[in-house]
Amino acid sequence: MADDDVDIAGRLDTLYRTESGRVLATLIRLLGDFDLAEEALQEAFAAAAAQWPRDGEPANARAWLVSTGRFRAIDQLRRRARFDAALGELAARLNDRVDDLRTQDAQSVEDDQLRLIFTCCHPVLPPDAQVAMALRTICGLTTEEIARAFLTSVPTIAQRIVRAKARIRAERIPYEVPSGEALPARLEIVLNVVSLVFTEGYAASSGGAMVRQDLSDEAIRMGRLLVKLLPDPEALGLLALMLFGDARRHARVSPTGDLVLLADQDRSRWDQARIGEASRTLARAVASGTVGPFMLQAAIAEAHTTVATADTTDWDRIVGLYDLLLDLDASPVVALNRAVAVAMRDGPSVGLALIDGILDQGELRDYHLARSAQADLLRQSGRTEEARVAYQVALELTHQDPERRFLERRLRDLGSGPDDLT
Amino acid sequence: MRYLCAVYIDPGLFQAMTPSEAERLDDEAMALDRDLERSGHLILAEALQSPRTAVTLRRRDGRLSMTEGPFAETHEHLGGFLYIEARDLNEAIDIASRSPLTRVGAVEVRPTFDVMQTVRDRPPRDG
Repeated sequence: MADDDVDIAGRLDTLYRTESGRVLATLIRLLGDFDLAEEALQEAFAAAAAQWPRDGEPANARAWLVSTGRFRAIDQLRRRARFDAALGELAARLNDRVDDLRTQDAQSVEDDQLRLIFTCCHPVLPPDAQVAMALRTICGLTTEEIARAFLTSVPTIAQRIVRAKARIRAERIPYEVPSGEALPARLEIVLNVVSLVFTEGYAASSGGAMVRQDLSDEAIRMGRLLVKLLPDPEALGLLALMLFGDARRHARVSPTGDLVLLADQDRSRWDQARIGEASRTLARAVASGTVGPFMLQAAIAEAHTTVATADTTDWDRIVGLYDLLLDLDASPVVALNRAVAVAMRDGPSVGLALIDGILDQGELRDYHLARSAQADLLRQSGRTEEARVAYQVALELTHQDPERRFLERRLRDLGSGPDDLT
Repeated sequence: MRYLCAVYIDPGLFQAMTPSEAERLDDEAMALDRDLERSGHLILAEALQSPRTAVTLRRRDGRLSMTEGPFAETHEHLGGFLYIEARDLNEAIDIASRSPLTRVGAVEVRPTFDVMQTVRDRPPRDG
C-alpha cells in the first residue's frame, strides 16, 4: 500500500534522525569497531525499509535496529570470511558473546553514548579529530556538515576521521568512561565538543533551517548528562550557556524562517523557565569560585538575556566580560564578538577599526559573520558603498538560506545599486 | 549524497595477477556489489572495456574531431566505477576501501553534483 510505504519511509527518516546516534553507540560497543558498526547501522535501516511495510513497525524499534544490525554485521563478516579467514573468527567471537540486548534500558543506552563520547575524545587523538569524531559519531553530522562548521575542506575532515578510526583500532582504545584522576582532563575536551555541537545546531552551517533543534537538544542532553556525571564548574557553565541560547530560539527566527537579530527579537517569546534554569545553573558554576571560558560566555549570554529591552543592555559589563574571556581564549572569533560589543558601547567607527585589525590577521577573512559584522558597522557609519561590497562578500561566503535572505534584505535596504538582479 | 568511486587500474599490477588471483578479484568485487545492493548503497557498478575500445570527441572552432584510443595500456587508466549513495564522504570512503580493486590500482572517491536538482531549481532562461 502506497500510503503505508510513505508513512514507513517518513517514520524511518524520523527514526534515523532521532535514534541512529543511540543505535550506533550500542552497536560500536557490541561490535567493537566503528566501521563495522556504521555498516551494521546502515544495514539495519535497509532491513527496516524492506520489512516494516510488510510486517509493521516492531514494538521497540531501537532494540530491533540494534539486534538486526548486529545480526547483519555477523552475517556479512561470515560472507566476507571467504576472502579473509580472520573475519570468520571475528564473526564467531561476536556471535558467541552473549549480550544483554533484552535488558537494554534507557540507562544502558545513555551509558553507551557517554562511553562513546569519551572514546571519541580520547587524548591519543588530535583535538581536531576528537571533535570531528564526536560530531559525526554521536551527533550524526555528515563529514560535509562538519567541514562547513570548521571552515575546512571536506577531504581534510574525512581524512581526520579515517585516521582517528584507524588509531582507535590500532591502540585498542577501550569504550569506557574514564574514572578518578583522569576524568577532569578528559572532560575538558568533551565540553569543547559539546559546545561545537550546540553551535552547529543553533546556527546550522547550511541548509534551510536556521535552528536545527535536534542538534541543540542533543548537545543540551549531553551537557545534562555530563553535569550529572561530574558537576564541574565549566560543565555547568557550558550547560548554562546552551540553555540561555536555547531559551531564545523561538524568537530568533521569524514565522517565514528569517533571521531576527537579538535587538529586534520579541522578548515575550523567550522561554523564561529555561532562562531561570540557565541562571540557576550558572550560579552553581560561579559558586565554585573558579572562572572558565564557558562560565564567562554564559555570563555574557545572561547579560543579554535578563534585561527587559535591548537598549538597556549593559554593554560596559559585556565588554568587561569579553576582556576576561580574551585573556583566557585569545581566539579571533572572541575578538570579533568583543569588537561588536565595543561598537555598541563606543560607536560603529571604534568597532570597525577593531574588525579591520582582526580581518588583517587573515584567519577570519573568509568567515561570513566577520564580513557581515563589518558590513553592518559600515552601514551604520553611512559608508554605503563599502557596506554594499562587504555584504556581497558575506553573501558569497554564507551557506545558510536564512542568513542569505537576511543579507540580501540588508543589501536591498541600502538602495538601488549597480547590480540588476531582476 | 552521491559519490563516484572511479577505479584507475595500474596495468603493471593488473597484468601481474595469476589467473587464480584474478578470479578472486572478480569474486570479491562482485560480492561487494551484492553487499552494497543489499544495504541500499549501490546505484550502479560497471567495469569498462579496454581503453583501446575508446573513441574521444572534441569540438574546436565548430569542427568535430574524433580520435581512437589510447592504444597503449601502459598508463593508469579508468577501468570501472561504482556509483553509490552514501551518507557522507567518510561512508563513501569506507565503501571504496572495501573494494579489492585498490590492490591493483587506485580508487578515486568524488562527490557528484546533483545536476538534476540544479536544473529543477533554475528554470530555463527565455530567449
